[in-house]
Amino acid sequence: MNIDYSKEDIIVSGRLSIAQIEDLIAKPLETKVDKKFLIALSVSVTALMIGAISLGFSLLYGTGLWGNNQPVGWAFPIVNFVFWVGIGHAGTLISAILYLLRQKWRNGIARFAEAMTIFAVMTAGIFPIIHTGRPWLAGYLFPYPNQHSLWVNFTSPLIWDVFAVSTYFTVSFVFWYVGLIPDFATMRDRTKEGIRKTIYKVFSLGWRHSHRNWQHYEKAYMLLAGFATPLVLSVHTIVSFDFAVSIMPGWHTTIFPPYFVAGAIFSGFAMVVTVLIFVRKIFDLEHLITIDHLEKMNKIILATGMMVGYAYAMEFFIAWYSGNQTESFVFVNRAFGPYAWAYWIMVSCNVIFPQFFWIRKLRRSIPVMFIIVIFVNVGMWFERFVITITSLHRDFLPSSWGYYRPTLYDFGILLGSFGLFFTLVILFTKALPVVSIAEIKAVADDAQPSHHGDH
Amino acid sequence: MERNNKLFAVSALFNTPNEIISAASKTAEKGYTKFDVHTPYPVHGMDTAMKLKPSNLGFVTLGFGLSGTGLALMLAYWTMNVDYPMNIGGKPLFAFPAYVPVIFEVTVLLATLATVIGMLTFFFKFPSNSHPVHDTNFMKAVSMDKFGVIIESEDPLFNEADAVSFLESLGGNSIEKIYYPVKEAYPVFDKKFIGLQISIALVVAGLTYVTLNKAVYIQPFSWMTDQFRSDVQASSTFFSDGRSMRLPVDGTVARGFMPYEYSELTTQPEKPLTNPFAPSKAFLELGKKKYETFCSPCHGNYGDGDSRLREQFPNPPSLHSEKVRTWKDGNIYHVIVNGQNVMPAYAVQLNDEERWAITSYIRVLQRAKNSTEEDVKLVRKEIISNVAQ
Repeated sequence: MNIDYSKEDIIVSGRLSIAQIEDLIAKPLETKVDKKFLIALSVSVTALMIGAISLGFSLLYGTGLWGNNQPVGWAFPIVNFVFWVGIGHAGTLISAILYLLRQKWRNGIARFAEAMTIFAVMTAGIFPIIHTGRPWLAGYLFPYPNQHSLWVNFTSPLIWDVFAVSTYFTVSFVFWYVGLIPDFATMRDRTKEGIRKTIYKVFSLGWRHSHRNWQHYEKAYMLLAGFATPLVLSVHTIVSFDFAVSIMPGWHTTIFPPYFVAGAIFSGFAMVVTVLIFVRKIFDLEHLITIDHLEKMNKIILATGMMVGYAYAMEFFIAWYSGNQTESFVFVNRAFGPYAWAYWIMVSCNVIFPQFFWIRKLRRSIPVMFIIVIFVNVGMWFERFVITITSLHRDFLPSSWGYYRPTLYDFGILLGSFGLFFTLVILFTKALPVVSIAEIKAVADDAQPSHHGDH
Repeated sequence: MERNNKLFAVSALFNTPNEIISAASKTAEKGYTKFDVHTPYPVHGMDTAMKLKPSNLGFVTLGFGLSGTGLALMLAYWTMNVDYPMNIGGKPLFAFPAYVPVIFEVTVLLATLATVIGMLTFFFKFPSNSHPVHDTNFMKAVSMDKFGVIIESEDPLFNEADAVSFLESLGGNSIEKIYYPVKEAYPVFDKKFIGLQISIALVVAGLTYVTLNKAVYIQPFSWMTDQFRSDVQASSTFFSDGRSMRLPVDGTVARGFMPYEYSELTTQPEKPLTNPFAPSKAFLELGKKKYETFCSPCHGNYGDGDSRLREQFPNPPSLHSEKVRTWKDGNIYHVIVNGQNVMPAYAVQLNDEERWAITSYIRVLQRAKNSTEEDVKLVRKEIISNVAQ
């Protein structure tokens, strides 16, 4: 097995010409929907409807329909919120951090990952709002001028969260749209007169591929990437502050911010791989989203999975080393208490299964990676479950210990969140180019001038 | 797009990135300034080839980013320290480390939005869907996989024949002359268009009104509004008298109620009551407080009848008149309980002790206003003894 690491891998395999690349990406937008698409859409819309009905009942009769109760007040809604925000982290990581690191292979997957970020944050945003039980009062979360001098508490992690998640959504969306402008222009120039051309025209804003624009555009892209990078790290840090700033044993630890960020990237990459496996197959994008790209993502999954595993171990170590009785009780209770089943699902899915990625053959095998990333998705959901529920269900006062059981409505809303996410993803694949046309053209073979001479 | 015969630019297409780089640098070297290069993706090295100045966009980002930092800090400081300071867990009001997350987020938000909006509007002058290059074969080609150069007619060196031969000499193909489009008129104030808008607005508003108020009336989230209880002053179908409030049983006496024997009497009683309270300091303090609450709005702070109501209302009488000063305590008490002329009764607002306390306090005011030589001596003596201590 001899791999030459001194040369950069080719990004677009199959020696496609630039025009062929464009045709390939534009094809799903220019063909009618087929049966497969409708089946996929109906499945996800069904899940969305189940969620909508569960949520509808919850709003009509109150959040008493859920399993949340003393002592576990933060249950499924917060678990799902953290899970979905975490999923959202891969997109910005791929589009911003890998951009700054000049990882050209990101060009093939950045658009899709960014879209998934936006949809995941949209899904996540629902949960804190419905968790309050009074979603129509969500406007009070923003500091608006009013006669009561009623302001938000800027020292509260919950308000940091509002700012972090809403900024993250806005910046991701803007970043995504900026990336889409040249593609809208390309689609506009491919399309014959009609309603579609008008839509592309409006969204392309009159982009004309002028280099006088490209110059500022690249600068802006760089600046946005520079801002998105600390932003993406701040968002899950702040989400972890929701837990870490409280004095709950099992939450009140300084390892939380890096641990949450690593976990978010871990789960986000797993979700991106899960979806891309299907997308590249269904839309014949195997030359643009190559097995090499998937392999690279699997390596990141392996690396972040081990970081998460390290955090699990370190939490236990500190619980023992600190000599804090309550803290060590919480961790022993986590691993061997009533929620031991959830804890061991988490550990096996997040730490043990990704270890198969050490083997190159497994890392490059589609069925194997599919199984592993599904395990990672499950494992990361359980991680948030374990953190939230095991810490709350047995705290300082043994008299108020309890056992949390989710209800059917909780599961319905969880299913609905997947329905919402996948519905948006499926509609996206038909509505917008799933690979950035301009970015992937720029990294195709012979797309850049051969550098010799003075420029 | 319909076009007129005014020339915008001459364009040429090239097939490879190497060709376009050399074409761009030669065009710039020739001295053309109003030219542009169109490529389907950013081609490396083009900035130097076209002799472009570095982008200034970073200054927009810096400026707005810093103002975001400042604004967020000021907002957090002002709301939490000035407008409504609130003690949260004994933490300092100006808890800077706890403001950092919000400051950071606002910085990023403002910098990002300013960069993008600034770039699109001020740097690119977007939206520009009516730019002449749109809907040309040139645009279609550079949108896909060709690389193009245009030399605009506004360039000082521009000459149609020269530009064409220059582009040919560079090896450009598909040389195309791009003309300005005919300005399209959008008759926004067309009568039919305005009429349509008004009728749509009316129909939508009407249908909304009928649907929400007449056809179905849905009150969202009404759990607390509709309850199984009787409201105060509401009618009842349960009780035979139709009221939801119940009258007390006959002969019921309110707690702490003491009947006043002259309550029916409109003139001063023959034998007024005597003050049962000794004038202690606390008692006079109570009288002062109640006097200032209930009496001073008309009679003035010192009983001179010089309140703000003077000249706006029948003048409230002075409490230092000969009549009031010669009254017994019980006469003042009687006026407080029953009222007099336009003064209403204060029996509801004041209990027995408070009425007597006010009476005693009025005596204090009267004595202070009409003090004798002895009083002054007494006070002076007391002041001296206080100083001596």
